[in-house]
Amino acid sequence: MDEPLLQITKLNAHYNDFQALYQIDMSLSEGEVLAIIGSNGAGKTTLMRSISGLMSNASTQLRYRGRPFGALRADQVAALGIALVPEGRQLFPSLSVEENLLIGGRLGRKGPWSLENVFNLFPILKERRTLPSTSLSGGQQQMVAIGRALMANPELILFDEISLGLAPVIIKSIYEALPHIVGEGISAMIVEQDISKALSVSNRVYCMQEGRVSLEGVSQSISREDISHAYFGIT
Amino acid sequence: MRVTRTSQAAKIAAILGAGVLVVLIIAPWWAGRADMRLMGELFLYLALASLWNLMAGYAGLVSVGQQAYVGFGGYMLFALTIFAGFPPIVAIAGAGVLGALISVPVALLIFRLRGAYFAIGTWVIAEVFRLSFAQISALGGGSGSSLPVKIVRSMADGRLAREALSYWLALGIAFCVIAAVYMFLRSRQGLALTAIRDNELAASSLGIDIWWTKFIVYVAASALTAMIGALIFLQKLRISPDAAFSVNDWTAFVIFIVVIGGIGTIEGPIIGTLIFFALRETLADLGTVYLMVLGVVAILIMLRAPKGIWGLVRARFDLQLFPLGYRVVSDKVKGD
Amino acid sequence: MDWVNVLVQGALLGGLYALFAAGLSLIFGVMRLVNIAHGDLIIFAAYMGLTVVTFTGLHPLLALVFVIPAMAIIGYVLQIGILNHTLGDDLLPPLLVTFGLSVILQNSLLEIYTADPQKMDAGVLETASFPLGELQLGVLPVLTFGIAVVVIASLQWLFYRTAIGRAFRAVSDDQDIAQLMGLNKSHIFGLAMALALAVTAIAGILLGIRTSFDPSVGGGRLIFGFEAVIIGGLGNLWGTLVGGVILGVAQTVGAKIDPGWQVLAGHVAFLLVLAIRPQGLFPRISG
Repeated sequence: MDEPLLQITKLNAHYNDFQALYQIDMSLSEGEVLAIIGSNGAGKTTLMRSISGLMSNASTQLRYRGRPFGALRADQVAALGIALVPEGRQLFPSLSVEENLLIGGRLGRKGPWSLENVFNLFPILKERRTLPSTSLSGGQQQMVAIGRALMANPELILFDEISLGLAPVIIKSIYEALPHIVGEGISAMIVEQDISKALSVSNRVYCMQEGRVSLEGVSQSISREDISHAYFGIT
Repeated sequence: MRVTRTSQAAKIAAILGAGVLVVLIIAPWWAGRADMRLMGELFLYLALASLWNLMAGYAGLVSVGQQAYVGFGGYMLFALTIFAGFPPIVAIAGAGVLGALISVPVALLIFRLRGAYFAIGTWVIAEVFRLSFAQISALGGGSGSSLPVKIVRSMADGRLAREALSYWLALGIAFCVIAAVYMFLRSRQGLALTAIRDNELAASSLGIDIWWTKFIVYVAASALTAMIGALIFLQKLRISPDAAFSVNDWTAFVIFIVVIGGIGTIEGPIIGTLIFFALRETLADLGTVYLMVLGVVAILIMLRAPKGIWGLVRARFDLQLFPLGYRVVSDKVKGD
Repeated sequence: MDWVNVLVQGALLGGLYALFAAGLSLIFGVMRLVNIAHGDLIIFAAYMGLTVVTFTGLHPLLALVFVIPAMAIIGYVLQIGILNHTLGDDLLPPLLVTFGLSVILQNSLLEIYTADPQKMDAGVLETASFPLGELQLGVLPVLTFGIAVVVIASLQWLFYRTAIGRAFRAVSDDQDIAQLMGLNKSHIFGLAMALALAVTAIAGILLGIRTSFDPSVGGGRLIFGFEAVIIGGLGNLWGTLVGGVILGVAQTVGAKIDPGWQVLAGHVAFLLVLAIRPQGLFPRISG
């Protein structure tokens, strides 16, 4: 069996006295798209923060191509080729649209994504390239956030709450762009509230509940009933 | 279970403290003159440190300009005794009142600066005071002046009596300052300040006007610092702008005392003052090296043990000699 | 004409104060750190320049070739080794640690160089002057002001036109997200401090040519730099130049009235700005 790209083993996470993740086990193969679903407070964002190095973990709880990386800092994780599109966009307010994208590409990893290709993917950003990032609409900001992550030419891209707070028409165009992104050989983990959207773009799905994995399955064959049990904890 | 404010350790500490206080009060009958001078100086530093700790450790007012009020108090002692003919004791109280008055406009100005910029703002104020007093030729201008012998003599008959009086004044102000800080921190405003320091969220739900509380702390600390300054220069009998507004003597030492002892605790300044004087008596010959050592120790403590020596003690033994907050104690005799 | 001269001299003096302020403003902008030892580092740079001049016989301005990189390295090491460990939500550790550094620096200088005032000899540069209309301008003050303008323009360019400037702004905006972009914030902070101390090196050498200095005068330079920052408005580099000029003019005007009022008049100008416009004249950052 092929070694997974990302292997998560018994991952715990704490905020001071509060434990947010309990013994999470997950794996992701190269080229795979995983959906992470679960209600608010299930620990999805904490999981994203742990993988990307914003929270400190034990080294062997996270492995990338078999190599432990749990103890690395966020900038070192980024250098491995893991990029995060954070919840709520979190663009740099004092940087212009183009500068936000350029800073995403500062690691200089080789790959298909360049300023030009990001502008091809989201043409509106090219028109707005010199504007302050804060002057954009929510949807355009999400495009910048995605573009900023792509500029790093990651092998694995994490989307935290990819469509939260966006207008339906924007969500639609972002989901239309997704195949172009993962089609370039990038693996992805997508945190999404909208279960049917999540299932439609992913190969496999993990459902989280109160800091634990409550369900795991193949997106196309998993039953709605199982999901609602796992999602809401109804047994 | 019951909720209590006091503890066994605090009760023992109170009894021991009362005993120590009595021994200190009768010091003029058992201590030599040099020891009394040293202890007098120690009490004045203890008082300065306790006030700085109240401001920085509880109210978030980190000042590097308390020398403004030390010097101001010193100069007011000289001005009130020489020009207004006040007896020295009255002049000390007068220095406190004037210190409070002048701190009001100062606070209104520098409270506009936040955090570290507030700190440098306090320093600017101290410089303004220093440069202004250097311009007053009646007080000796830049070279300073001495307290006339007549005024010194008016304090008490004989040198011994005068030295005992100035010792008691120093002990008295140290006691009053610590008692006042303790009472204040146990009050509603004091507990609110501690809550803000420990948790922003708690503070907003308390509904206490934080600006006003900080203002009161600043004015009260300034008044008391001015009185301490008057006492310091009553001991020294000579004042000059550079000595009166020295950032090293009246702020650097005080900050080191509090940081080493433990910032944000009442016990910290006491421990810190004792350590500071013990170090000074052994290392004083080293001169500037002594200051460098103090600086290094303070930095190491700030990086490795930010709650100072008292913080280390408290973490190990759960001691609190000045009980401030309430604590839950399990009652072994009968539980409910 | 006398008063015009006073104003011009004050404005030129402001260039030096802007150099004091630029380093302070830069590190506050990037990492919200206020370095109480900043003034002592300026004096430290002056002594370093003096030492280089004494040993090599170089002109003080050429000593910058050594002093700038040396100060930059010291800044990087200081930031990585000590100051980064003090940064966080609590404002006390950086304040008290830099205060401790200030005392250590001051007393080390006292131990090495004694309390005797020192000065660097810049030869004819110190006395050379040229006429401008009816005014007689010193070459050194004009040169100092010109250097200040060039330094601030370069910092401005670096901040807003280069990759490292983008990194500075990104880390200043959001340290976590900047880390996600592969920026190591410890390293970025180290670079910012290196840059700030490189500017400090220039300020220190120019100070040491202009006036005599001794280990105790660092606090005063910190205060001048700080006043220029607050007058100009937080986070605005060109604002620090304006702040420096206002401070310089206030001081020379004060000195013209009574020599004892020079520094006091500068403080009064600062307090007036604080009373009337506490956010400074051209603020960019709040808080």
